[in-house]
Amino acid sequence: MDAKSRVRIATTSLAGCFGCHTSFLDIDERLFDLVRQVDFDRSPLTDIKQVGDCDIGLIEGGVCNAENVHVLREFREHCRILVALGACAINGGLPAQRNHLSLASVLQEVYLTAPGPAGGLIPNDPELPLPLDKVHPLHEVVHVDYFIPGCPPSADAIWQVLTDLVAGREPVLAQRLIHFD
Amino acid sequence: MNAFKLDGRDIPFEPGQTILQAVQAAGQEIPHLCYHPDFKPHGSCKLCSVRINGRMVSSCTAPAHDGMTVESDMPDINEERRTLLQMLFVEGNHFCPSCEKSGACRLQASAYELKMMSPHYDHFFPDRPVDASHADYLLDTNRCILCSLCVRASRDVDGKNVFALSGRGIHTRLIVNAKSGRLGDTDFSGEDKAAHVCPVGAILRKRVGFAVPIGQRPFDPPHEGD
Ligand code: SF4
Ligand code: SF4
Ligand code: FES
Repeated sequence: MDAKSRVRIATTSLAGCFGCHTSFLDIDERLFDLVRQVDFDRSPLTDIKQVGDCDIGLIEGGVCNAENVHVLREFREHCRILVALGACAINGGLPAQRNHLSLASVLQEVYLTAPGPAGGLIPNDPELPLPLDKVHPLHEVVHVDYFIPGCPPSADAIWQVLTDLVAGREPVLAQRLIHFD
Repeated sequence: MNAFKLDGRDIPFEPGQTILQAVQAAGQEIPHLCYHPDFKPHGSCKLCSVRINGRMVSSCTAPAHDGMTVESDMPDINEERRTLLQMLFVEGNHFCPSCEKSGACRLQASAYELKMMSPHYDHFFPDRPVDASHADYLLDTNRCILCSLCVRASRDVDGKNVFALSGRGIHTRLIVNAKSGRLGDTDFSGEDKAAHVCPVGAILRKRVGFAVPIGQRPFDPPHEGD
């Protein structure tokens, strides 16, 4: 297969815990089958800094700060198929439990009130992305083509969807591969 | 013998039975959440909707009639059921990864059965305080689906009237009948029927969470080869 006809996949973690990527790696030696058929673009597993044109974008994590929004939009622009991977990408996940607290009170608690080496200052360097007042699922920011539920989804579920997509099939998960926890 | 057809199969029934009762008696199922055999049907979740002569009816309240033709397990009907589930999921805070009811929750199990891959709609992210005032029970109404099973159980079986549904529209919520509104200020107890009917993780017993290993919870999928 020449480079052009090979499927190109990008992955990223927004407000994620990297658990979905770890579950992805849980496909174990099937990873060798995969890299025979696909190339990886921007991903925590590669050194590519900027996402290029891809067939598939896998995104774990919800959207919790300005940089997440920026990266998500870039992925949407460059990926033909965008897949929300895991509970956080699908409904904000456990990080969205902060949605019933005010952002100011969270920052105050962590950086000012709580004992520890915080230094009594809420970080304010412009280098740092500003947190959003709420955590959002991906589909509230961009159109998402497919969802793989789970916290994290099992390796078998990720493998099923990826192999379906790489083969140009509509991905279908067996019921036993669908879980939200 | 009285009988009707469900998706082409004959279902016998006793006069007075609802469609859902007859179907269950015949060893089959129609998805449902607010129906419980011990209580009068409520008809709020609409998950049990079936089609008769082109019209949708709730099978938990609709009486069975001789010779009728009922459609249930149809792609378009299941699509609507999935939509109802998605609405329930976004109306509450259903973070299954940290919910003690995960694997034993009927809302979640229905979503698996109907292959709900995402909640699709924008989330409401409700913000109702958790009531931990009771010594043995916890009330998190952010997960309540307003099925009213606890209301019916407490009123009709326990004779206590601890719970009620209150408010209108999206503001409808489960309340506790105490001046303080707190569960700890009622005579609610673990012996009550109402303590055991919640199909989701809204009424939870304290200090027993996460005791069942994953794989052995009531709605966990059977192991391959089992
Ligand atoms: S109540 Fe059920 S659906 Fe809701 S978070 Fe708990 S397990 Fe998930
Ligand atoms: S607390 Fe549970 S049983 Fe009561 S109405 Fe809500 S979901 Fe139904
Ligand atoms: S089970 Fe019939 S409406 Fe809920």
